[in-house]
Amino acid sequence: MSYQARKGDSDLSSRPLMNEQSEQAPNFHTDSGLGIDSVYTPEDVNGPDYGDKVGEPGEFPFTRGVYPSMYRGRLWTMRQYAGYATPQESNLRYRYLLDHGQTGLSVAFDLPTQTGYDSDHLLSKGEVGKVGVPIDTLDDMEALFSGIPLDKVSTSMTINATGPILLALYEAVARKQGVASEDIRGTTQNDILKEYFARGTYIFPPRPSMRLVTDVFAYCAERLPNWNTISISGYHMREAGANAVQELAFTFADAIAYVEAAVAVGLKVDDFCPRLSFFFVAQNDLFEEAAKFRAARRMWATIMRDRFGAKDPRSMMLRFHTQTAGAALTAQQPDINIVRTTLQALAAVLGGTQSLHVNSRDEALALPTEASARLSLRTQQILAHESGVADTVDPLAGSYYVESLTDRLEQEAWDYLKRIDDMGGAIAAIEEGFQAQEINDAAYQYQREIEAEERIVVGVNRFQTDEPPLEGIMRIDPDQAKLQVERLTKVKAGRDNGVTEASLKRLGEVARGNENTMPALLECVEAYASLGEICDLLRGVFGEQAEMGDL
Amino acid sequence: MTTNVDVIRVLVAKPGLDGHDRGAKIIARALRDAGMEVVYTGIRQTPQMIVEAALQEDVDVVGLSILSGAHMELFPQIAEGLREAGLGDVVLVAGGIIPQQDRDALHKLGVDRIFGPGATLKEIVEFVESVVAERRRAAP
Repeated sequence: MSYQARKGDSDLSSRPLMNEQSEQAPNFHTDSGLGIDSVYTPEDVNGPDYGDKVGEPGEFPFTRGVYPSMYRGRLWTMRQYAGYATPQESNLRYRYLLDHGQTGLSVAFDLPTQTGYDSDHLLSKGEVGKVGVPIDTLDDMEALFSGIPLDKVSTSMTINATGPILLALYEAVARKQGVASEDIRGTTQNDILKEYFARGTYIFPPRPSMRLVTDVFAYCAERLPNWNTISISGYHMREAGANAVQELAFTFADAIAYVEAAVAVGLKVDDFCPRLSFFFVAQNDLFEEAAKFRAARRMWATIMRDRFGAKDPRSMMLRFHTQTAGAALTAQQPDINIVRTTLQALAAVLGGTQSLHVNSRDEALALPTEASARLSLRTQQILAHESGVADTVDPLAGSYYVESLTDRLEQEAWDYLKRIDDMGGAIAAIEEGFQAQEINDAAYQYQREIEAEERIVVGVNRFQTDEPPLEGIMRIDPDQAKLQVERLTKVKAGRDNGVTEASLKRLGEVARGNENTMPALLECVEAYASLGEICDLLRGVFGEQAEMGDL
Repeated sequence: MTTNVDVIRVLVAKPGLDGHDRGAKIIARALRDAGMEVVYTGIRQTPQMIVEAALQEDVDVVGLSILSGAHMELFPQIAEGLREAGLGDVVLVAGGIIPQQDRDALHKLGVDRIFGPGATLKEIVEFVESVVAERRRAAP
C-alpha cells in the first residue's frame, strides 16, 4: 500500500479496525491550534528542498542545532532561576545549587530592582525580596556573589529596564574580585520591548529604552566579548497567553527591531549579532514545542542572512535558554507538576536548548523551597545522564510529524511577522497595542476552553482530588526587608557623597547627549550610587512610560 | 445618576509593582461579558490610587489581583483606605497567589472573598452577582 493510500484512504475495508468514527474527537489540534492528521508520511515532508531546509547540525539553516556535536560535545547549562529575601540569603542558595551540580547561575531580582526603585521607596513597600533578590548598591551585588568567582561561573540575569545598571554592577564586582572584564560570561535579559506588552517592568518609553539596549550592544562588543548582551524573550508572551506561533512571530519582530536599532546607530551586524541570545518557553505540547525550537533556528538564520546580510555564521546561530511553563503549573495536586515539567524539559532538550530552568512543583503557590529547587535540578540531571536523549543530535529529525510541524509553525510565524512588518515593525505595533490585544484575546479564549472542558487540565477541570493545602511552602520573612533598608542607609552614610554626586552629574550629561551610557553607569555604581538614584536621574531625562493597550 | 443603577460596577485593580496581568484582564473581560461595567486600573497601582478610583467610579466591587507576594502589606491598606473613604460597603474580592495560610488574616482585615488558582470565571461571576444583590437588599 502506498503512503498516500494509507493516509487518505476512504476504503475502510483495508483497515477494518480503524474507521474514522472510532476517534475520540472530530478534530485534533496542537496546543496552538494547528490541525493534526491521524498519521504523517514522507508525503508531508519530502519536498524537493527537504535537505536544504533541515541541513546538518552546525550548518545553515541550523534547523538541527547550532553546533555539530550538540550535547555530545557539551551538555546544556543547568541554570535554576533563584533569588529572594536579601543578597546574603540568595548567595547561600546559589552556593547550595552549585554544590549540587548546577553549572550556571540565574539571578531573579525583586520588583523594586526591576522597576528602578530603592528598597526604601514608598512603592517598594511589601515588594522587597519577594519575587527575587533586592539590589540597591554595589555593596549588595558584592554580597550576592561573595565567594563565587566570576571568572568560573556564567551568570544569567533576568533584568530589563535596569539591565544596563545591573550589568555595570556585575562588571564592578568582577573588577573587585580581580577578574578581567573580558573574562566574565553571562547574559542580561535586556529585552525591553516585550515588557510593554507581556511582562510589565518597563520604566522609560520605548525609544529611549532602545538606546540603552544598543548602548549595551556597543559596549560589550568592545569590552565584554563573552557577554550575551540580550536574551530576546518569547517566554513571557506565552505566559501572558500567546500561542507558539505568536511566540515565534513576536519574538522575531522584537529581534528585528533591536538589530535595526543597532544598525541605525552604526553597529555592524557581524560585530554584535553573535552575542544576541534568545529565551523561549517549553509548554505542554511535546512535539509542537520541539518543532518550535527547530523552526526558530531556521527562521533566525534566514532573517540574519537574507534580511540583514550577515556573513559570520555565528550571527545566524540562534542560541537560546528555555524555562518550563509557569502558567502550566497547577496549585492543585502540586506533585503532578513534576511530571509536567519533566515532559516540558524533555521538549527543550529534544529542541536543542543551550540552557534550561525546570520549574518546581510548588511554584503555583510560592517561590520554590530548597528541596523543590533541588528536585528540579535532579530532573535535568536525569534527562542528561540517564534518559539517553542527549546522546545523539536532534533525534526527532526525519519524523514525518515533527518535520511537518516545524514547517507549519515556521510558515504561520512568517505570515504573522509580515503583518507586524506591514504595521511598521515591533515598536509601531506596540504603540498601537497590537501584540497586547492579540495576547489578551488568546488568553481569554484559552481560559474559556478550559471552562468548557475543551481543554483538559489534570487536577483542575478533570481528575480532581480533595486535598489539604500544601504545607511547608517558602515564606519570605518581612524582617529581611527591614535589614535591606538598614543596609542601604548604612551604605549611603558611608560613601563619599561628593564622588557619588559627581558620577551622577556625569551620567546626566551623557544621557542627554549621544555618548554610550555604560561607562558613566559603571562610574556611578562604583561610586555606590544606588539603583533608585540612577533611575530617578534617567527618568528625568527620558521620561516615564504609561501603560499602553486595553483589556 | 445617569447610569443604570441595576448594573453592577466593578473596579479590577493591580496593586504593587507586579506586572502579571493575565488573570486580572481575563476576570475583567468575563465580568464585562456577564453584563457588568468594569474599569481596569492597569498595573502598578498604589493603595491610594485604587481607593481614589473606587470612589470616582462609584463601584460596587473592587477586585484585586496580585502574584508578587505583597498582599499582606498592600491589601490591609486598601481595605482601610476604602473604609476611610466611606466605601466600607464596597465588596472587596482578591485573587492571585495568596497562600491558604494568609487567608484568615485577610478576611478579618476586610477582604470578602479570595479566589485562588483554578477558580472558574463562572464561579467568580456568580459570586459577584449574588453578593452585590445581597448588599443592595441590605442597604437602607
